[in-house]
Amino acid sequence: MNPILYVARLGVGRGWHEFKIGLRGADETGFKLVFALSFALVLYFQRNATVEGTTQSLASVVLPSILGMMVVVGSALGGAGALSVEREDGTLLRAKAIPNGMIGYFAAKVTSVTLDTVIAVTLVLATGLIFVPELLSTGYAGWLALIGILGLGLLATLPWGAVIGSVVLSPQSAFGLTMLPIGAITAISGIFYPITALAGWVQGIAQVFPVYWLGHGTRWALLPDSAAAAEIGGSWRPLETAGVLAAWAVAGLLVAPPVLRTMARRESGSAIEARRHRAMQRVG
Amino acid sequence: MGNGTGAPPDTAAPGADAVIDVRDLRMRYGSTDVLDGVSFTVSRGEVVTLLGPNGAGKTTTIEILEGFRMCSAGVVRVLGADPSRGDEHWRAQLGIVLQSWRDHGKWRVRDLLHHLGLYYVPYSTPSRRRPIPADELIDMVGLKEQSNQKISKLSGGQRRRLDVAIGIVGRPELLFLDEPTAGLDPHARREFHDLVHRLADLDDTTILLTTHDLHEAEKLADRILILAGGRIVADGSADQLARNVSNQAEVRWSREGEFYVHPTDDATAFVRELLAQHGDKIGDLEVRRASLEDTYMAMVHRIETGHDNGAVTTLERNPR
Repeated sequence: MNPILYVARLGVGRGWHEFKIGLRGADETGFKLVFALSFALVLYFQRNATVEGTTQSLASVVLPSILGMMVVVGSALGGAGALSVEREDGTLLRAKAIPNGMIGYFAAKVTSVTLDTVIAVTLVLATGLIFVPELLSTGYAGWLALIGILGLGLLATLPWGAVIGSVVLSPQSAFGLTMLPIGAITAISGIFYPITALAGWVQGIAQVFPVYWLGHGTRWALLPDSAAAAEIGGSWRPLETAGVLAAWAVAGLLVAPPVLRTMARRESGSAIEARRHRAMQRVG
Repeated sequence: MGNGTGAPPDTAAPGADAVIDVRDLRMRYGSTDVLDGVSFTVSRGEVVTLLGPNGAGKTTTIEILEGFRMCSAGVVRVLGADPSRGDEHWRAQLGIVLQSWRDHGKWRVRDLLHHLGLYYVPYSTPSRRRPIPADELIDMVGLKEQSNQKISKLSGGQRRRLDVAIGIVGRPELLFLDEPTAGLDPHARREFHDLVHRLADLDDTTILLTTHDLHEAEKLADRILILAGGRIVADGSADQLARNVSNQAEVRWSREGEFYVHPTDDATAFVRELLAQHGDKIGDLEVRRASLEDTYMAMVHRIETGHDNGAVTTLERNPR
């Protein structure tokens, strides 16, 4: 068998194993549940408000948008977090010490971050549907479109998470470097309230980033045509959505490999030792 | 090269069984020379210790040999290849014992060994079956009772044995261990030494390990290389080093109630002379040769205080 394919398969198996370990872990699963419940609470309070210019409830607009945002959070934050932690603790160096271990490692990360994101999205969708039952009538095409958009969103953001995880010095800065920008961008991307309520130039900035387009794409997938009245320009823009997300994906897939290679080349026992030393100082 | 090493034989290498061949290795950080012309070879099946004080460049040397770090100058061949260009096939012949910290904490011992072993399956040959099956490996390093335990729950000594198990899972031709017993208590350290002895007998594995502990070096190695001041300042078995690095001895005696001490290079001749001259007046005769430890400490002290870099080269000695 092709050696690259062989280790990629080992990596997928490793990712599945890590995903299962994560599910069994009370902390990680508990975090996902709290996350889902807090969004459900948001939806509960929004259930009676309607979006201006449409008959949609605000909750029905926000639920798909949240799903879009979660892909960004899950893959960028999940990817950057895992990579920075596992650089610090030496997991990555172990991978480097075995034949084709790095390829296996990255295949595992893509697998586990994807599965984690899928589980988190599913949990939020399941709890959200309790408060937004009208979305249950979405047809096959709508669900398929949702899966397509979320998949494309994963491709558009995961490489950037890996890039951030490769360049930061510590897991703390990985968290700061992903959480702050994602928070800021989310705030202007019309996730929790229609973007048309914001100033024109802010809308312009938001449309550069994948968060807005993921939210728009998921709303397009799940909401009726009449809901488009609250969107920029009053219409759905599925082609533009696919275009922008694909552009982020292509750019990320071009930038990430050389950054990852450089990072991997620098890993050594003494680099780990230096990080261990720094981490001890943070704790002590 | 024996069966199972896919690396092409290197005709420039001095001896077909040189597993490691380092010539004039230099490493410079900014304006500091960490390694200043290191040369040595390691033959197949040897257990060699790189001994030196902290900061002597042991870790830098071993990381260059592992292919984890580029050198500034010099020629390095490990299993016939330049480590900075070693491919995955070359990598599969190496075992590297890394010091775990908290990686794979949620994995169970057996699961991790099994998973990591799978990467070596494509490199298995009839004479070198890869990987070593997880259960066999667990027996070998004495972790049978912990095989289903979470790695984060292991003690320091158990964890270090797991590190070794990971290092040898691919049945390596050459095994590197960098300061393997740092942080172990005396009991765990002894168990670890026994484990290294067993490894050396296994499959003719060549082992290069670093330590700053002279007793450990004496206990484990066929041959000791002392690295200090960026160079190999001594090279030989513990016995050879003790005898050849220094011939200095101290002769003590008493004569008519007075005590005397005299350092000499030729204790035998001195004592013969002494007895011929004073006969039975001599009492309490004692001849004490400088121990390897005395020599090592003196050498390290001299280099660390910056005295006399030239003198150490006169101690240099090649066993062959």
